[in-house]
Amino acid sequence: MAAKPTIAVFKFASCDGCQLSLLSLEDELLLIADCFDVAYFPEARSRQVAGPYDVGLVEGSISTAEDIDRIQEVRRQCRTLVTIGACATAGGIQALRNWADHAEFQRYVYAEPAFVDSLATSTPVAAHVKVDYELRGCPIDKGQLLTFLSAMLRGATPRPATYSVCVECKRRSLVCLAVSRGVPCLGPVTQAGCGALCPSFGRGCFGCFGPHPTANVVPLLDQYQAGEASGEELLPLVRGYTGYASAFREAGDAIDPERADHE
Amino acid sequence: MNNRRELAIKTLTRVEGEGALNATIRNGVVEQVELNIYEPPRYFEGLLRGRPLEEAPDITARICGICPVAYQMTACQAMEDALGIRVTDEINTLRRLFYCGEWITNHSVHVFLLHLPDFLGYESSISMAADYRELVESGLQIKKVGNQLLDIVGGRAVHPINAAIGGFHRAPSQTALKSLLPSLERAIAASVDALHFIARLDFPEPSGTYDYVSLRHTDEYPMNTGRVVSLSGLDIAIEDYEQHFRERQVAHSTALHSTMLPGDEAYLVGPLARINLCFDQLSPIAKREAQRCRVNWAAASIYQSVIARMLELIDAFEEAICIIRDYQVEPAITRVEYSPRDAVGMHATEAPRGLLYHRYAIRSDGKIAEAKIVPPTSQNQAQIELDLRQLLEASIDQADDQLTGSCERLIRSYDPCISCATHFVKLNLTRANESPQRA
Repeated sequence: MAAKPTIAVFKFASCDGCQLSLLSLEDELLLIADCFDVAYFPEARSRQVAGPYDVGLVEGSISTAEDIDRIQEVRRQCRTLVTIGACATAGGIQALRNWADHAEFQRYVYAEPAFVDSLATSTPVAAHVKVDYELRGCPIDKGQLLTFLSAMLRGATPRPATYSVCVECKRRSLVCLAVSRGVPCLGPVTQAGCGALCPSFGRGCFGCFGPHPTANVVPLLDQYQAGEASGEELLPLVRGYTGYASAFREAGDAIDPERADHE
Repeated sequence: MNNRRELAIKTLTRVEGEGALNATIRNGVVEQVELNIYEPPRYFEGLLRGRPLEEAPDITARICGICPVAYQMTACQAMEDALGIRVTDEINTLRRLFYCGEWITNHSVHVFLLHLPDFLGYESSISMAADYRELVESGLQIKKVGNQLLDIVGGRAVHPINAAIGGFHRAPSQTALKSLLPSLERAIAASVDALHFIARLDFPEPSGTYDYVSLRHTDEYPMNTGRVVSLSGLDIAIEDYEQHFRERQVAHSTALHSTMLPGDEAYLVGPLARINLCFDQLSPIAKREAQRCRVNWAAASIYQSVIARMLELIDAFEEAICIIRDYQVEPAITRVEYSPRDAVGMHATEAPRGLLYHRYAIRSDGKIAEAKIVPPTSQNQAQIELDLRQLLEASIDQADDQLTGSCERLIRSYDPCISCATHFVKLNLTRANESPQRA
């Protein structure tokens, strides 16, 4: 029998919530450990096997000088590199610094900012190395993670859904919040994966899973502005957990041209 | 002869977040001990300024994927303090149920997946499962019930979406909660079994005594609110927290440690502190089982925190069962209305790993003006370093790998949450990088 495929879990700037999703697969965790050799996963085990690895799950954004070098090494060590979560795929909430004065942020939080190794920007992994697959979400959906891992085992090509949250909303027969209550909802432009979680709680989508590939964000926000929403209200919505993903970034910068990010 | 030994744990494993330990021993004397936290800073206090105040619970949840409910509950209540509103009893009860879910999930992850392998001699729960499959599976099922509770009340276990300033976006479904009762009953029984297995393990001797700090509430085990009390006799309102505790910069390192005034003393927060200060408030089953364990809590070692976590797990299950049994009607008002104003508000709650404090200044335009967050791990850091120094001095004759192993086990006992603490310590990187693993 062929050796079990090896899997490694790497962390950059993040909250640990996405890698925790692996441990939250309570019914499948031991089975996963039977099917894969969990070779590098510091949060869960002390044994560390050197690379290369068949599958590398990367959590977190690139936000320090050291990260820039380390992600290159991670890429070299992983046959298939998968980014997991909003930080790794879009820069995360910490990417709000990309529109702010980083030095001022440092002074605000740290008495002696000189000691802090930190870049002025927080960027997604794909801005630095080639990424083979991405699992979206803040946090990722553990069901998507499980589907992805089983596809890897079977040698299939994993294809996470790329349609919008609206599709999930309709499937659940939820009443549209934007139409019925005028709630500015990012559902039409956000990639599916959460199962329309926020709308099911009567709350507009705030874009955890980032823009889907054909998202047309600016006209949607124009539409909301033609209604009751102000640009001031829409800006933090679109410039949020995945605000640095390009479609959301452009739409946010259109509202706020003065602080537009000039990459 | 100048005999210098340097000990380094490059990557602390089975802890939340990324940290390292550096220690120097010269001629048999411990010169320097430093818990080095190299989590990249994410500037939460900085980025909160100017954001709508409604976002505080959702944004601060992203500080920690392991204890997001603690951040949400603290942020909501600090904002409500600033806004001058009070939520209904029904909302407070649902918040307690919500927090029970997080204690269950968080404590079971730490006990069964991260900490128990130390006591049974394994490098992970994965390898431990080869010999203790039932124990690991039971732990995973206990954790699963906590996650299900969080799913129902909060929408999802990591970064729940249902918490709001003033209450909840939607009342949790009564049907869904009631259907969870049989699982909760099974889980509490499994937790009691696991508790007594764990309580019989061998624990290293206590290394010293602590000044414990926790919230204390007149009629419940502390979670969502209370007064800040200490073993040494402190008893203050939450709003006075900053008059009695401060972050102190330490000369030998770049880390900021929280200490208690007036003497800048180290102190301990977390399950051991809560058990010592609020034992009488434990739920009936938790108290009964605690008495069967026969632990002398006043002289307990930090390693016995694992027993305290199991007792709190049982407490959380028992309370959740009571709340769900009494949950007859979904409340008509799930969210109390408010109007923004220029004000400052603060609050503290008991995160699974200890007291968490938030303070916000808000403006009448509905935006956040200032934010201050003191997570539990930065409060424990001074005590962790003191304990490490004592451990190194007592075990100085051990070989390096044995000694570093002991240090790592000690650190793990506090259940440090390094993602939370990161912005309260200075980063002092040694750039001896190798492979993709961090130096």
